[in-house]
Amino acid sequence: MAEHTMIEAVRMALGRALEEDPDVILFGEDIGIDGGVFRATDGLIQRHGSARVRDTPLSETVIAGMAVGAAAAGLRPVAEIQFMGFLYSAIDQLANHAARLRNRTRARLTCPMVLRAPYGGGIRAPEHHSESAEAMLAHIPGLRVVIPSSPARAYGLLLAAIRDPDPVVFLEPKRLYRAISEDVADSGEALPIDAAVVLREGTDLTLVSWGAMLTETKAAADTLAADGVSSEIVDLSSLKPIDRRAVRASVEKTGRCVIVHEAPLTAGLGAEIAADLAEHCLMSLLAPVRRVTGHDTVMPYPRLERRYMPSTERIVRTAQEVMEFA
Amino acid sequence: MPEPLGFLSAAGEVVRDLPDFARDGDTLRALYSAMARARTFDAKAIALQRTGRLGTYASSLGQEAIGVGVTSAMTDADVFLPSFREHGGQLWRGVTLVELFLYWGGDERGNDFAGPRQDFPVCIPVASQFPHAAGVALALQQKATTGVAVAVGGDGATSKGDFYEALNVVGAWDLPAIFVINNNQWAISVRRTDQTRARTLADKAVAAGIPGEQVDGNDVIAVREATERALRRARDGEGGTLIECVSYRLGDHTTADDASRYRDDAEVSPHWKAEPLIRLRNHLVANHGWRKDDEQALLRTTGDEVDKAAETYLAVAPEPARAMVDHLYATPPADLAALAEELGDG
Ligand SMILES: Cc1ncc(C[n+]2csc(CCOP(=O)(O)OP(=O)(O)O)c2C)c(N)n1
Ligand SMILES: [Mg+2]
Repeated sequence: MAEHTMIEAVRMALGRALEEDPDVILFGEDIGIDGGVFRATDGLIQRHGSARVRDTPLSETVIAGMAVGAAAAGLRPVAEIQFMGFLYSAIDQLANHAARLRNRTRARLTCPMVLRAPYGGGIRAPEHHSESAEAMLAHIPGLRVVIPSSPARAYGLLLAAIRDPDPVVFLEPKRLYRAISEDVADSGEALPIDAAVVLREGTDLTLVSWGAMLTETKAAADTLAADGVSSEIVDLSSLKPIDRRAVRASVEKTGRCVIVHEAPLTAGLGAEIAADLAEHCLMSLLAPVRRVTGHDTVMPYPRLERRYMPSTERIVRTAQEVMEFA
Repeated sequence: MPEPLGFLSAAGEVVRDLPDFARDGDTLRALYSAMARARTFDAKAIALQRTGRLGTYASSLGQEAIGVGVTSAMTDADVFLPSFREHGGQLWRGVTLVELFLYWGGDERGNDFAGPRQDFPVCIPVASQFPHAAGVALALQQKATTGVAVAVGGDGATSKGDFYEALNVVGAWDLPAIFVINNNQWAISVRRTDQTRARTLADKAVAAGIPGEQVDGNDVIAVREATERALRRARDGEGGTLIECVSYRLGDHTTADDASRYRDDAEVSPHWKAEPLIRLRNHLVANHGWRKDDEQALLRTTGDEVDKAAETYLAVAPEPARAMVDHLYATPPADLAALAEELGDG
């Protein structure tokens, strides 16, 4: 096995999918000869040809809408939105069509498509290039929203998304694209798509997070461990549907929960998880469920973005308050 | 500005050499019957809505030649992506009257056509079907079929980015797609002339680099002829076409609309003289021996057929509540499986 970055793992999964299924087709802006602005598709046009790896005209509406039509007509489109900040005009196609086609035709037509988009901040990108709008998508019934947290998980989850018979939005934490390498085997094996995973077991406190924020979350767990606090880290991984049972099981064990996400606080997914725990795990809770999130502000320009994103210190401080409560 | 392509005048006189198919009496009778069937369905749907037995309904009154003309040129290899106003086209494709009633009566099963399995259901978000058509065309091209994606939208739809953006990719990729505009002069209460300063809606093809043609949308022969030509071009690998069918919306926008709020009868009434059934009937009478008996027999059989379909629809029980979960995903996630149990089979 060789070590790979997340962007390489994404590319491996895309290449694998193109090889194993002739119906898989990739399209998006600059994904052909340029290999995508992050190089997720680098080399794929040379290997699979310009009929299957296509540069679209510059239109997010067309990228998403064409994926709906192509999927319904028998292809397996894996389309790329260059940055999540430009995905909003595609939400119409996702919410009004992709997510509904199976239901409204009673499964006569289905929509096995994947929409990939890099998301999140922390790479000093220009404005509109650092958004975390996953909650908007996770609100849409009929969709799946998946976020990997490591190269190996990116590989396995992307394959699962492509093979899934329903539409999946696959959000890639771009801060992690090249930040970490790990062993990734091009085995063609997918990971379970609707499941959260426990990245680290612990007994005192559950930390729930996803995507790039797991970096700070893990660092916070290390700091807390030095103080004798044992944290369990749950990588939510699937934001739609949420693996509620996994989160509840962990919190029933630890009795405490801190949720960490980069997206703004209000109506973020942390609210949904906190509400679920309040409804189902009240008697197990020893302290209030707390959220450490991005602020309810517009994502600031790069000079301030670190002040916006949850820091290890904020997570540690909040966790300590939870531990002090009870 | 060139005149829209037309073969029959409003009175039914032949004003241009007829294409071959239009010299055949059986073909013309089939087209006429299909338009009459759509109109009968339309009247029944409105009557059912007025008596609380159907949901909000969009009438195709006066525009029957568009759906029928377009789809009569298509084959089973093609895919139809209609707006919400092309009942005649859906019926020609093989969607059943019962299925149409079910859809407009608020039952998803109306979209589960037994007939043209590959066709799209009607599209309510205006213009969003055009990107789908581009995607369907891409799949048809990719799979090396001879099929063509044919989408219909309204004059108002041509103001949306979806329309322009999809038309553009059809041009850029030589996709086998035809975009048909049902220009019925109104988008609810907004006139075609207030929608855009474009000289014709067909002109909008210029920006995409594909042919655009304006046809008399009340002349089913013209609509079919233009569609046949566009289909041939697409099958020959020459890419897409935009066809603007000039027509007029004789009815309200939908049963929820009251058009008297924004237009006078004086504006509407001349258009009754140009509607699509009269001219073809006159032509059939003059050239193909269509008699009063034929007309009456047609009205009787379509009337009976539509009444029977309405009765069948009204007798269909709603699906159990859990149906809203059962078809959302191929396999319902855990939460939804629990919800399905809770909603149950009742
Ligand atoms: C995106 C969108 N905006 C608004 C509406 C509400 N609406 C329904 S039909 C309509 C007018 C459509 O006009 P046109 O495209 O000319 O089609 P027609 O109804 O005349 O057939 C509007 C505004 C809608 N369905 N979709
Ligand atoms: Mg209109």
